[in-house]
Amino acid sequence: MGITDKIYKYIFMVIAFSSFIFLTGIIIVLFKEGLPVLSSTGIFSFLFGKSWYPTATPPEFGIFPLIMGSLIVTLGAMVVAVPVGIGSALYIHEIAGEKQKMFLKPVVELLGAIPSIIFGFFGMVIVAPFLQNLFNLSTGQCAFTGALILGVMAIPVLCSIAEDALSVVPKSYREASFALGANRWQTLWKVIMPAAGSGVSTAIILGISRVMGETMTVLLVTGGAAMMPKSIFDPVRPMTSTIAAEMGEAAVGGEHYHALFAIGLVLFLITLLMNMIAEYISRKYRMKLGMDV
Amino acid sequence: MRIKNIVLAAAISLGLGALAGAETGTLVVDGSSTLLPVAQATAEAYMDKNPGIKITVRGGGSGIGIASLQDSTCDIADSSRPIKASEISVALKKGVDPKPSVVALDGIAVVVNPKNGVTGLTKKQVKGIYTGGISDWAQVGGTAGKIIVVSRDTSSGTYEAFGALAMDGEKMRPDALLQAASQAVATTVSKTPGAIGYVGIGYISDTVKALNINEVECKKETVWNNTYPYARPLFMYTNGKPKGEAKKFIDFVVSAEGQKIVEEQGFVPLKKQK
Repeated sequence: MGITDKIYKYIFMVIAFSSFIFLTGIIIVLFKEGLPVLSSTGIFSFLFGKSWYPTATPPEFGIFPLIMGSLIVTLGAMVVAVPVGIGSALYIHEIAGEKQKMFLKPVVELLGAIPSIIFGFFGMVIVAPFLQNLFNLSTGQCAFTGALILGVMAIPVLCSIAEDALSVVPKSYREASFALGANRWQTLWKVIMPAAGSGVSTAIILGISRVMGETMTVLLVTGGAAMMPKSIFDPVRPMTSTIAAEMGEAAVGGEHYHALFAIGLVLFLITLLMNMIAEYISRKYRMKLGMDV
Repeated sequence: MRIKNIVLAAAISLGLGALAGAETGTLVVDGSSTLLPVAQATAEAYMDKNPGIKITVRGGGSGIGIASLQDSTCDIADSSRPIKASEISVALKKGVDPKPSVVALDGIAVVVNPKNGVTGLTKKQVKGIYTGGISDWAQVGGTAGKIIVVSRDTSSGTYEAFGALAMDGEKMRPDALLQAASQAVATTVSKTPGAIGYVGIGYISDTVKALNINEVECKKETVWNNTYPYARPLFMYTNGKPKGEAKKFIDFVVSAEGQKIVEEQGFVPLKKQK
């Protein structure tokens, strides 16, 4: 290897490992800043405590309502995004003609390019009052509105990743299926979907991550009440919006500040778990199909 | 090529930033988002009058402002609440001694939807509504219907001021809708018939109706003569008593000219302007 080759090799090695350095740095900071509150409040009463009163005297740091808020909004959003996102990918990739494809693909991408603050503002000023009148709710700022809007926001992520997954299914699979006399629907459902299964699962999991981590929209449309949601029409306060809304005003180094980092840590661990599940599913599917792991 | 340009631009701006930081005529103002428009507008007016001075104004929150004062990364920390004892002790450990200057006043108006027939509440009723004892408009002389309680986030300076003034420091009911900004409170109240919220005096408009509290209207005269119960001062904190450029700037903010800007931005000036 020439000297220039070596230099380039090391430059690119540093670049490639920079993600690892950033990740390590973030994990260290999350643990360092988040752990003090776990030891002072206790991990059980932090995770399962039902009152979040960070500025009361004495303060209470129970994030169970916040976790439930995040979960209910995420589940609701997936109910919207999975069928629409995967369905769009199937249509665009398998059924649509060239002309429709040329139109639909950029449209979906454009939907994904809209900044979340615009979704949030739109949700707060238009969708929430509309749903409030439609369902005769006491307030339109609730988990349902958040789930609906986040679901729409997650469609592009799901659609484009699922489409990538569909595009790696070998052409021979389709041809073999048609040759055996299967119709288009059977081919789509019995051959292509299982073959693209790992990619589609990844799409769903990344969609969940996107929705879980989404901050601006939920901050504006879910009402922000830190109480246990009894129905999907109750206002909720997801973890992300709690951090966003409170970090600016919390006294740096105080208990509240550490509690917000601990919420970040919980969010990070949930995302990590989700990525591990995605990895597991993807390996299992690939093995089932006899592909290289 | 494009990346090169971006890198170059970043390097130049970093370099310029470092140069600007070395000059004596610079001031960094950081902190409260409530005070941000006042700090921004007064800084612009001050820089027009003193072209040699460069003032950087940042927002983000009272806590952030005080944290950067503790770390000496700003000269003036805007705060919509008094500094906490814990923040003072952290500052002292770092050799910083935060001192307040009151630069403006604010009346916190209790607002309802214009369709609401209620025109006034007592302090006791407001406390009952926000702490959870009162949940229906019929209990306070309105037409029956659930009260939708809207509040600022519990960590905002506005909430802390309101919590101390209106709720005697008691806990807020857990089902209150928490909004990240005063404008969001005003918007929610204007769109929700049964809602009640509280906002700075500057946010009173045709779309939200301010209630009389103990039969006193929220306006600057009642803030001045101390009859309106929910009034608060807004602060600029400095390391020690203001001196040098910081003193000149704060003097400008509290001058007649600066206070005119304070009023234009929707706050209550410190004293009656002639």
